[in-house]
Amino acid sequence: MYLTLSWRNLWRNKKRTLIAAASVFLAVLVAVVMRSMQIGSYAYMISSSVKFYTGYMQVQGNGYWENRSLNNSITLSEKQRAEIAQIPHVTSVVPRLEAFSLVSFGRVTKVAQVTGVDPATENNMTELKKRLVQGRYLTESPGGVLIAQGLADLLHVSVGDSVVLYGQGYHGVIAAAMLPVAGIVKFPIARMNNTMVFLTLTNAQDIYSTDGRITSLAVMLDDVRNQTDVFNALRSLVCDRYTLMTWEEMMPDLVQGIALDNASGLIMLIILYLVIAFGVFGTVMMMTTERAKEFGVLISVGMKRKRLIWVTTLETIFLAFLGAVSGAVVSLAVITYFHYHPIPITGSAASMFELLGVRPIFYFSTDPGLLINQALVVLLITLATALYPLFFIKRLQPVQAMHG
Amino acid sequence: MSLIELHDLCKTYNTAAVPVRAVRNVSLQIEKQEFTAIVGPSGSGKTTLLNLIGGLDKPTGGSIFVEGKDIATLKANDLIDFRLHHIGFVFQAYNLIPVFTAKENVEFIMLLQGVSKAKREQRALELLESVGLGDRVNSFPTQLSGGQQQRVAVARALASRPSFVLADEPTANLDSHTAGALLDMMAQLNREFEMTFIFSTHDPRVIKRAHRVVTLEDGAVKSDIRQNEAAEGTE
Ligand SMILES: Nc1ncnc2c1ncn2[C@@H]1O[C@H](COP(=O)(O)OP(=O)(O)O)[C@@H](O)[C@H]1O
Ligand SMILES: [Mg+2]
Repeated sequence: MYLTLSWRNLWRNKKRTLIAAASVFLAVLVAVVMRSMQIGSYAYMISSSVKFYTGYMQVQGNGYWENRSLNNSITLSEKQRAEIAQIPHVTSVVPRLEAFSLVSFGRVTKVAQVTGVDPATENNMTELKKRLVQGRYLTESPGGVLIAQGLADLLHVSVGDSVVLYGQGYHGVIAAAMLPVAGIVKFPIARMNNTMVFLTLTNAQDIYSTDGRITSLAVMLDDVRNQTDVFNALRSLVCDRYTLMTWEEMMPDLVQGIALDNASGLIMLIILYLVIAFGVFGTVMMMTTERAKEFGVLISVGMKRKRLIWVTTLETIFLAFLGAVSGAVVSLAVITYFHYHPIPITGSAASMFELLGVRPIFYFSTDPGLLINQALVVLLITLATALYPLFFIKRLQPVQAMHG
Repeated sequence: MSLIELHDLCKTYNTAAVPVRAVRNVSLQIEKQEFTAIVGPSGSGKTTLLNLIGGLDKPTGGSIFVEGKDIATLKANDLIDFRLHHIGFVFQAYNLIPVFTAKENVEFIMLLQGVSKAKREQRALELLESVGLGDRVNSFPTQLSGGQQQRVAVARALASRPSFVLADEPTANLDSHTAGALLDMMAQLNREFEMTFIFSTHDPRVIKRAHRVVTLEDGAVKSDIRQNEAAEGTE
């Protein structure tokens, strides 16, 4: 009967209740969709960025990130590499040997970042093969190099020509080789397009006399959410023999960009919460004050304040759940739809994505935690407005209320 | 021992300007089964007196004994419980819960008392029958006339099996014919259920139906007259 009383009280003023429930509904919907788009886009940007080159984390020699010297290169045995690859959530490990060297063709000489890669694993991670605009992809034999398009233009070199590599190998040994250009690859980022030279890892280890050493092992994960687990597992595997670099450390600009965007998103959320809080509060306040006389009668005839508070709280609970649950259901449908039909990004924002060579889209996260969190926050805000009738009834003087 | 004993009862409101002595030195005894009218012009202290008897207001002097219990000593929550179990209330207006039907309104007071559902329903129907609303049990207050609403309020007041019913100007919002009918019905319940009624009014046509008339003037008892019961019920 108390439930009936609350439920019917709620519908005394249908329009007002519907407006209040609708605002709760909209708050959940807007909050979930907005957060889903933000969190989803961050994950998309992160996964696109790490896939581009760095990986989610890298195992490096101590001091390599600062010095970029082959002298900080490391040896990872087959067994060690296998152990790392077997950490749960690790999808692939990609070894590289990076060395800055001079590249010459004819009378032109340029500085290049020469990178020895395992053709198959590298392609799995970065899809290097897709960047080919001319020639063929790397193979063990015949060897050869892939030259980034910008650098190839600067050198006036094309597929079939041979370039000369000249640099410093491990422990100061002179590294020099003449290698045919197997293919030309195009990068959307100018810095890479003007410097990158790829060759097979074995070939690079030969030329730079590093004898099986690598400068980094990039690690790819199934999901950024598992990063901490993997990092900890990796840390206990390599102890402090090697340095672990995360994508956050290797790409601080990306971290900053996300943090900034996230902060503005949170501010918008807080504004949204406040608007809802005041909207629902107004409704609950009206529902309460207009019934002061009735409350006075009920307390007079023998209804304990506690029971009356329970009835009014139930009204707010009904209102809150009505809005929040319907909001959660509809937003789940909306974000699921957009998860599979992402919104394309146009205009200047799109160029940032194109720079990374990924599809410019707003990616929606369907993380259930996000939905539950936002629905819960809005629910709690709505429920908090039940404090108004609580204090109102506690202070109510029945005689005054009936005659006032 | 009388059902209600008032000893030298006083209530003074300390308003900003001058203290208002709404009830002054009222001493009264009300017996079981009495049908008492508290009369007097507006502002004479009727509501204040009934509120004091009903435990809705605290006296500033004197004492109130209901069934031998000094209700001034009860704590706030115990007082609410006391009202629930010992006093039936009928107010001038806003008596009924608008979202409940007549039957539900009568049932609700018994729900507060913890009466089982089956007993509640049965008693609610019986009481509505005895106030002449047997055919309107499922009507909502807005679907009932003012007189009918007050009848539901009387049925509700009886539902809790109180020691007595307090009705503060129950007829104030009714036309005189309806008011007379309501009073006749209350008088009938007074006889049938041996229920004590104390009601206030300033309507002379209502006054004549009372067995005992206590007249207030400026908060003090001016007269206390027992009338011939034969005067009742003749329109
Ligand atoms: N809460 C209050 N504060 C101050 N004065 C009051 C209050 N309630 C009643 N009074 C005063 O007490 C007197 C008696 O009022 P009341 O008991 O309502 O009379 P009645 O019901 O006979 O019209 C009046 O003068 C009224 O103005
Ligand atoms: Mg009055």
